Amino acid sequence: MDLQNIFSEIEKKDPEIYDRLDTRRNVMKQFGRVLALSAVPFALGSLLKKAYGRTPADVLAVLNFALTLEYLEASFYAEAITHTSLFPTNAALTAFTTIGTHETAHVAFLKSAITSSGGTPVDKPTFDFTAGGAFSDVFTNYATLLTVAQAFEDTGVRAYKGQAAVLMENPTVLTAALQIHSIEARHAAHIRSMRRASTGDTKIKPWITGKYTDIPATQPVYNGEENEIQADVTITGIATQVTQNAATESFDEPLSKEAVLAIANLFIVQ
Amino acid sequence: MFTRKTHSVTSNGNEDGIAMPNVHRRTFLKYAGMGAAVLSTGSILSSCNGEDDTTDGTGVSLGSGDTSVLNYAFALEQLEAAFYTQVILTPYSGISDEEMSLLTDIRNHEIAHREFFRKALSTNAIVDLAVDFSSIDFTSRDKVLAAAQTFEDLGVAAYNGAGKYISTPAYLGLAGKIVSVEARHAAYIRDLVSAGSFSSNADSNGLDGAKTPADVFAAAGVYIKTRINTNTLPK
Repeated sequence: MDLQNIFSEIEKKDPEIYDRLDTRRNVMKQFGRVLALSAVPFALGSLLKKAYGRTPADVLAVLNFALTLEYLEASFYAEAITHTSLFPTNAALTAFTTIGTHETAHVAFLKSAITSSGGTPVDKPTFDFTAGGAFSDVFTNYATLLTVAQAFEDTGVRAYKGQAAVLMENPTVLTAALQIHSIEARHAAHIRSMRRASTGDTKIKPWITGKYTDIPATQPVYNGEENEIQADVTITGIATQVTQNAATESFDEPLSKEAVLAIANLFIVQ
Repeated sequence: MFTRKTHSVTSNGNEDGIAMPNVHRRTFLKYAGMGAAVLSTGSILSSCNGEDDTTDGTGVSLGSGDTSVLNYAFALEQLEAAFYTQVILTPYSGISDEEMSLLTDIRNHEIAHREFFRKALSTNAIVDLAVDFSSIDFTSRDKVLAAAQTFEDLGVAAYNGAGKYISTPAYLGLAGKIVSVEARHAAYIRDLVSAGSFSSNADSNGLDGAKTPADVFAAAGVYIKTRINTNTLPK
């Protein structure tokens, strides 16, 4: 492997690579030292990580993480709409069909993005939408169906939000991820409106109030949403209209990859 | 530890003199400066954008780097907050209790966003913008909801399009926390306009909109009277 050549190639794409990495001489010195200690791909990866904060491998990992969640959602809606008699109205069935179409499109889009970035899309897991029996009537009880749908959508919104910073090195991927993220939020809002109507619980709104959920089993999806402080600014009372509820509703919170996977893994057959 | 800061009273009479941690403001300014340094090496020159924005150096300056992007968001939140303030002040004819309740929520969220940006930007914040909603008939449900849909879809697309210009991870995170709430608003408003249309603006890949600042100002300019200098905005 010609190391000088690699850096020349990078320099063509990013003329400021050496500014980011200190000086050219120091880079090669440092690289040589790292090289003595470890394998080349690792050394190159950590140098790029120093330059950009994140490596292409990090971006690919996020895309595959997102793909797993989209598989989960797409498979859920695909199964749900086969149980047509579950839906009380055509509008409800149509909404599920619409959302399912988007999730399936997200799967295809992410697979294509991963492949064109030189990665390999992860395989679709085998799912158990009853979560080992916790939602045993998910496809026989409309209320449970909506409960699981809301949990998936609100989790999806938090999952994408949690990974945005990792994607900063790739503006194209970042923008696409943001465009998926806000569609998931639209889905979440609609499912929440459906649940507001069907349960009669007016504490369920299109937006998330505090960490409120009417279903205790879905509490992990909402923990942390009660945050009232953004960038050291306390939002509650920032204006007379901004109550504690309004403060928590007006900012959605991210969820770490680990927390998201802990939720998603309940539905994945290991 | 805490200092008092005096604000001018805003269009709907918000309080002034809200405590804010000193250390945060310093950190923010430091980050904003770093962002400016990074962005100024890139291509941030903008072309002429539309109605009330200028490229001849006159008008309200948005600043540069991350500050310009945050001021851009602040401008949009000012517009949305002013719109919903009017909606609640003069409700359209036939408004239901349910609509009044949830539209009031939305007004409160937009005010929270606006006041957050005002505080976070501190001395870098742009002035209160003068708005012009004379083209909107606030007595008509159809007209109000159509305008609301425009504002919400535009807001979502603006944040989605601006994300890549932000150089400080924490600010990208904040934009992400706000944009999904705007998307929730958009979905609710769309469902009021036409039930089931919550996400029918998605493209064939299931993606939401993403617009450049130039496109956003071209669409929003008709409602903003204050002249804004868009020279330093990313394009």
